[in-house]
Amino acid sequence: MYVYDAYDQRIVDDRVAQYRDQTARYLAGEISEEQFLPLRLQNGLYVQRLAPMLRIAVPYGLLNSTQLRKLAEISRRYDKGYAHVSTRQNFQLNWPQLEEVPDILAELASVQMHAIQTSGNCIRNTTTDQYAGVATDELEDPRPYCELIRQWSTLHPEFAFLPRKFKIAVCATEQDRAAVHAHDIGLELVKNDAGEVGFRVLAGGGLGRTPMIGQEVCPWLEKKHLLSYLEAILRVYNLYGRRDNKFKARIKILVKAMGVESFRDAVEKEWASLKDGPTTLTDEEMDRARSFFTEPAYRTIDAVSAEAELDAQCTADPIFANWVRRNTVSHRKAGYRIVNVSLKATGYAPGDVSDKQMELIADLADEYAFGELRTTHQQNMVLADVEMAQLYSLWQKLQAAALATPNIGYLTDLICCPGGDYCSLANAKSIPVAEAIQARFEDLDYLYDLGPIELNISGCMNACGHHHIGHIGILGVDKKGQEFYQVSLGGSQDRDASLGKILGPSFGQEEMPDVMEKLLTTYLDLREEEETFLQTYRRVGIDPFKERVYAKAH
Amino acid sequence: MPRLIKDGAIVEDAWLPVDPEGEPGDNRIHTLAQWQANPSANAVQLEPGDEPWPLLEALGSLELIAVNFPVFTDGRGFSYARELREKGYTGELRATGHFQRDQMTYLRRVGCNAFALDDDSKLEAALASLQDFSEHYQASIEPELPLFRRR
Repeated sequence: MYVYDAYDQRIVDDRVAQYRDQTARYLAGEISEEQFLPLRLQNGLYVQRLAPMLRIAVPYGLLNSTQLRKLAEISRRYDKGYAHVSTRQNFQLNWPQLEEVPDILAELASVQMHAIQTSGNCIRNTTTDQYAGVATDELEDPRPYCELIRQWSTLHPEFAFLPRKFKIAVCATEQDRAAVHAHDIGLELVKNDAGEVGFRVLAGGGLGRTPMIGQEVCPWLEKKHLLSYLEAILRVYNLYGRRDNKFKARIKILVKAMGVESFRDAVEKEWASLKDGPTTLTDEEMDRARSFFTEPAYRTIDAVSAEAELDAQCTADPIFANWVRRNTVSHRKAGYRIVNVSLKATGYAPGDVSDKQMELIADLADEYAFGELRTTHQQNMVLADVEMAQLYSLWQKLQAAALATPNIGYLTDLICCPGGDYCSLANAKSIPVAEAIQARFEDLDYLYDLGPIELNISGCMNACGHHHIGHIGILGVDKKGQEFYQVSLGGSQDRDASLGKILGPSFGQEEMPDVMEKLLTTYLDLREEEETFLQTYRRVGIDPFKERVYAKAH
Repeated sequence: MPRLIKDGAIVEDAWLPVDPEGEPGDNRIHTLAQWQANPSANAVQLEPGDEPWPLLEALGSLELIAVNFPVFTDGRGFSYARELREKGYTGELRATGHFQRDQMTYLRRVGCNAFALDDDSKLEAALASLQDFSEHYQASIEPELPLFRRR
């Protein structure tokens, strides 16, 4: 993974010192609440319903065991002993003291971490595939480009006060695990007709109040132009994005209003003066970035005997076998598997991880996975490089810490924002709905029979829980002070991205498990052969689901 | 006479502020509309939404371009400043209005060399903010080269 040199460290250290001074001036009354707001937001600090919330950046979801141990220590010392993995692959602390945030940032800087631009109207953390570098269907490792984008976007002088927040995602695989279509800018590594790898550039995707799928701005961009092209898009957005209405300020509204052709023309015009300038990436710099994402010291393993051995262990222990099947993924290296650490055990808030669990996962990363781990936008963690022969002992340790719930990709592996329990923006609670659904559908046989289903829950239309792109989406809404839940069906975050369609009138919280059951029973009744929920939905449409759920009781 | 920061020092402002209702005159900063009606004027102020392109023809003769920030959260001025410098403007480029000292590093980096804060009693403290960062990743007006070409 990327390692800071003296330059990177100085930038982060300078930022800590700057924020310490800003906090001191705020506490001394020298700057107003209004003036302090964007300063603290651009250092990740929200003021929430019950306490401040600090969002810590995990660039493209990659961190090492030392960093995770530091997060555990911080969560214990400055918070209530747990943290939350967000849908942007970041960590959130729910109970830090505003006065102590500069100290927390200094602690983070000591392990090459920060909270820069994790909030505010600026360029946020760039996200990518949680299986980057080990996926079997990958064209090229996207992480070097994510790191180049991280550096370019960090404290960019021109783009720190944009009309609204700005999110970039990169993917390099057949199956899009980074939801690039739902981002302000989506980048796909693709080959052109000559077989050279470059970027397909999408712009104007996004969720929130007005969800939209990103549109193609450039079908193929030579790699060296990546940053100057991004700069041109950002400049057009900074100049022309709406600032009169925060609900119409995202780039998606601008792209839609201009039309993608005119938007592209405006970008090309700006790009003409930036192209081939100093921001153009050099081969040396791209090589330098790539040099941090080389293969770890894999052992040469005989795949046939490793698999035979694993099969034997699976036959002997069906519970282990089930975990291997549900929570581990093929690795590109013979004899290795990718392991998902589920943070979706029933009874725990989705995505929450305790200090003890973090320390355990850090130890396991050291013991089994070259000291590295990843966070996922589905709010789980990943140990990317585990030898097959080690899976059994790893599983036993994960299981003992409630980290081996075999539900990755299934209904109870749901995405859920912190919701009204924590967030001051929320219209409704989301965690109790998630927990009620997890409790109702705990039966594993039933869960697997349902097949892969993505259930995404947001407590308000800001859509942190990505409800629009869940196969089933749940949105908390406020009606005259009462919390209700609107259901949508048919969203998808994959390459065939689509936005969910609203089922009909919303439901009370206590009705939600029954509503889910009716939706799922409808699917099971209608599905043909091996169809997934999404496939059945796309074939039959929304009406059969609507009829079942809103049928009058007889 | 109001004071401001220019080229790293605190100086007295030699210019009169914009007066949209007033007559154009020497030593006065003009609105874009006033300047367009009277292109021999040598000082002009851009508001957010004012396209800087009309100025491009006259960059050689302008002595002062002020970029106004009616609210500090409207970041269009950062792009205006950088584009004016990219197009070759070498005169005084002044940030004015309700920007904060915490934005001055960014403003300097997009090409501003003068800073007229709304409260000129805090200029000494603000001067320190120009030194908030000792290194930067991106190419901009300052530094011209990105860190990866200097590393």
